[in-house]
Amino acid sequence: MGDRVFRAATLSAGLLMVAIMGAIGAFLIWRALPALSNNSGNFFTTTTWFPDQTPPVFGIAALLFGTLITAAIAVVIAVPIGVGVALFVSHYAPPRIAKPMAFVVDLLAAVPSIIFGLWGLAVLMPNMGGLLKWLDNYLSFIPIFNNTTGIYTKSMLIAGVVLAIMILPTVSSISREVFVQAPRINIEAALAVGATKWETMRMVVLPFGRPGIVSAAMLGLGRALGETIAVAILLSALFDINWHITEPGGNTFAANIALKWNEAGTNGIPALVASGLVLFVITLAVNMIARLVVNRRRIKEGSA
Amino acid sequence: MSLDTAPPAPPTVVRPTAARLRGQRLPRRALPIAVTIGIGGAVLLNMLTPVEGVAGTTVVAVLLFLITYIGWSLSVEGRRHATDRLATSLIAATFVAAVVPLVSVLWTVVERGIAVLNVTFLTTSMRNVSSRSTGGGLYHALIGTMEQVALASLIAVPVGILTAIYLVEYGRGRTARVISFFVDVMVGVPSIVAGLFIFTGLVLTLGLPRSGLAAAFALAILMLPVVSRTTEEMLRVVPTDLREASYALGIPKWRTITKVVLPSASAGIITGAMLAVARITGETAPLLLTTFLTQSLNPNPVEGPQASIPTFIWDQLASGTTASLARAWGGALVLILFVTMLYSIARLVSWWFTGRRGVGAI
Repeated sequence: MGDRVFRAATLSAGLLMVAIMGAIGAFLIWRALPALSNNSGNFFTTTTWFPDQTPPVFGIAALLFGTLITAAIAVVIAVPIGVGVALFVSHYAPPRIAKPMAFVVDLLAAVPSIIFGLWGLAVLMPNMGGLLKWLDNYLSFIPIFNNTTGIYTKSMLIAGVVLAIMILPTVSSISREVFVQAPRINIEAALAVGATKWETMRMVVLPFGRPGIVSAAMLGLGRALGETIAVAILLSALFDINWHITEPGGNTFAANIALKWNEAGTNGIPALVASGLVLFVITLAVNMIARLVVNRRRIKEGSA
Repeated sequence: MSLDTAPPAPPTVVRPTAARLRGQRLPRRALPIAVTIGIGGAVLLNMLTPVEGVAGTTVVAVLLFLITYIGWSLSVEGRRHATDRLATSLIAATFVAAVVPLVSVLWTVVERGIAVLNVTFLTTSMRNVSSRSTGGGLYHALIGTMEQVALASLIAVPVGILTAIYLVEYGRGRTARVISFFVDVMVGVPSIVAGLFIFTGLVLTLGLPRSGLAAAFALAILMLPVVSRTTEEMLRVVPTDLREASYALGIPKWRTITKVVLPSASAGIITGAMLAVARITGETAPLLLTTFLTQSLNPNPVEGPQASIPTFIWDQLASGTTASLARAWGGALVLILFVTMLYSIARLVSWWFTGRRGVGAI
């Protein structure tokens, strides 16, 4: 009797998790519909955000662009560094200090988003001006580094760098978990036939860890896509599609919701909910793909 | 392993020396020499020419070091070993690159926060303090954060633990797989989406006022999967022998779980819950959507606007005056201290129990 009750309690807790995920989707769709139905712009291609004007005109094109670009910058920076950190902690550092070192990097995950935002504004932004100017002066033949404004603050590149720091612990800890599982015997075999340490990493550890790196990158991407406050502090929140990532500009779904929330009116809130729904769908897809990559690997291991 | 049985080499053959067998290697002091050349060269260059600050000097130092070290290795040891040394240098550099921001963040927060942090800052609210004048504090925000985090934990910890128990002890087949998958995916729900969900679901639809409680619900959504995942890991390392010994005494499964399995994993579960709390304490975005900002103390989480440390920082930053920026950094320092305290307690709990129980350590 007690057993049945207890089992039912645990099962309902588990089902509650599934129900919450379903409810998130359902409520967001339901509350977004009013804004979507009276939008006189195209929700997917309009680059302005005036949901409270009559007639309301708003679209997510600029938000989608900014979200994807900042997250992509973050992943491009964080994945090589995160994989390097994971290799260092799992195979290079002396075993005795490897654990504290891993802990130090994981501490980055404990720093709240808003503090990264403050730090980015007060420390990183003034110190990155020189680098951005240098990129503009010497690499401006690459279109994304060209800066036509002469202003080097509040750009997508700066937001991307801060996002990279924020997702670094995610990338490195997941990669590390996979790297330490690399079969000892293969590593020793490689060393025994005279491979250098790097050759061992390249031929044994990295191929073994590839699915882990992929899912680490995806999970990092998911985090970067949904980050709110740091990005809201660091971007100029302009509604435009601007490929010059060192110029002031850019906006993301999450930052836009946080910044526009208190001034949003009767149609503004549903419009923001609609943009949140798009963010939810994108992060859900990214996370599901990441999990499927990991799980497929787990099943393979189980059968081997 | 030993090759003792091999026949001794005829005396006419010249034994290859170890060095010839392994090839020429760099002397052990090569690394310190290269480091010295890198740093010394960069400092010298910085003194002779006005180079662009710390960042520029660092880049020059790293480049000088790499050219010296790798070039030397290339000329003595050949391409393979040079590549190896380059890879080792770069991999070590990534670790430094990861630690530098952490140190910089902590240093900045402590340096700027300490200027306003005192007893008054912790014990007064912002009531009747204009954004331009100095003084005031985050007492109201501290109380708000504590209440919201406590409420979120009250909701999320039991549900998270029960879910983990289902997944580890009962769950088989399709249902368990689906739940497990959704728990994994839920970890990735952006915090702002959790805020939107609580706003649309509880505030708009069920009529819950925007309040500390609504904020706690949003935080609970973010905590749930973390608690569940860590508890699951802890339950899985409890030895099956313990469960079987309990069953052998005729104890029903649910008593076994509550009296044997959970206690032996308790340290790990507590640690996991504390880490989850530490993760949500700094969340700002969901609070902006589910509570209203206020400058006054409101100890009632069920109604009225309630402040919290993250929204306090956000608000002070938005005010943009010198005094309010200083307060924002003070808030950041208090937040960091709060999170550090939670982390330390979590570590302490895990350390305290591991000696006694053996199971449940992280």
